[in-house]
Amino acid sequence: MSFINYSSREINCKIVYYGPGLCGKTTNLQFIYKRMNPEARGKMISLATESERTLFFDFLPLSLGEIRGFKTRFHLYTVPGQVFYDASRRLILRGVDGVVFCADSQLTRVDANEESMENLRVNLREQGYDPDKLPLVIQYNKRDLPNVASLAELHALLNRRNVPEFEAAATTGAGVFETLKSVIKLVLIDLKKGGR
Amino acid sequence: MSQGNFILREPEYEAFLSALRKLLADASAKVVFLVDKNGTLLASAGDIAGFDTTSMASLAAGNIAATGGLANLIGEKEFSILFHEGERDNMHISVVAERLILVVVFDRRSSVGLVRLRVRQATARLTEVMAAVQAAGEGEPGEIEELTEADIESLFK
Repeated sequence: MSFINYSSREINCKIVYYGPGLCGKTTNLQFIYKRMNPEARGKMISLATESERTLFFDFLPLSLGEIRGFKTRFHLYTVPGQVFYDASRRLILRGVDGVVFCADSQLTRVDANEESMENLRVNLREQGYDPDKLPLVIQYNKRDLPNVASLAELHALLNRRNVPEFEAAATTGAGVFETLKSVIKLVLIDLKKGGR
Repeated sequence: MSQGNFILREPEYEAFLSALRKLLADASAKVVFLVDKNGTLLASAGDIAGFDTTSMASLAAGNIAATGGLANLIGEKEFSILFHEGERDNMHISVVAERLILVVVFDRRSSVGLVRLRVRQATARLTEVMAAVQAAGEGEPGEIEELTEADIESLFK
């Protein structure tokens, strides 16, 4: 649910990075934070455990300039990926405008990706969204590691909607901004259509 | 989708601001914020220079969401008021009209009792304005629907 303020001429949208534990959601946000012009981004907040696992969420606000006189602001959130934090994931999905599903390409994480994608669909439905219509992009992360599944295999398992998909290595930043741009475009196109 | 976009127009924005300014003065508060439950700041009053309002809005919404989750676990719908006491400053957070969060930051020049009283009074006014927001939102399509793909593309040049 985007927030449009005609008085201050601002559009605010919420984008959530979803995916299994340790797939690189926080790393995506950290890379965006490091590379964005400081004037275009706010403070990054991480509610994490002492061992730097996400406990509740990470939050990074971005301002991307104006379209038709409206300032565009995007609030990026990550969810905690670990299975037992499901209640927190549901809360963070409230009011979401677009999702980046971050998949871990390693062969050993194939099941975890599928489980997380299914969990996303269930939680979206629970929040009143149609999981087949909400703007979604998929990022196949960790492509720089050995023992990764093929793209065709990952596509077949995770991308039944045939949404935009990107290869990435979030630690080096490869694919991070391509993914972000893609989801932002989808969210704005969806907004233009007047909601879902 | 369960809810449409949240569209705030000039008259309702000004009405929110005026209710917040009144609350700021009546409660002798330092700052007051109005946030939507998804973590976006709608309006604020007071000296916000020293505050990261975007982060505060997001965390206040996270706070309400998390305590709402706790409330559900004991069979409550939500905890509609939260109070955080600090050494110097305190924070009173309350849910307004089911969709909004009102945050009041105050120090020893005020008291929790006074803030609670004034928040209750302000909530009635904010609820009326929210009803107007919802009524206005159902009107004619705004400029957003006229955005072109070229407009969107221009963000990335």
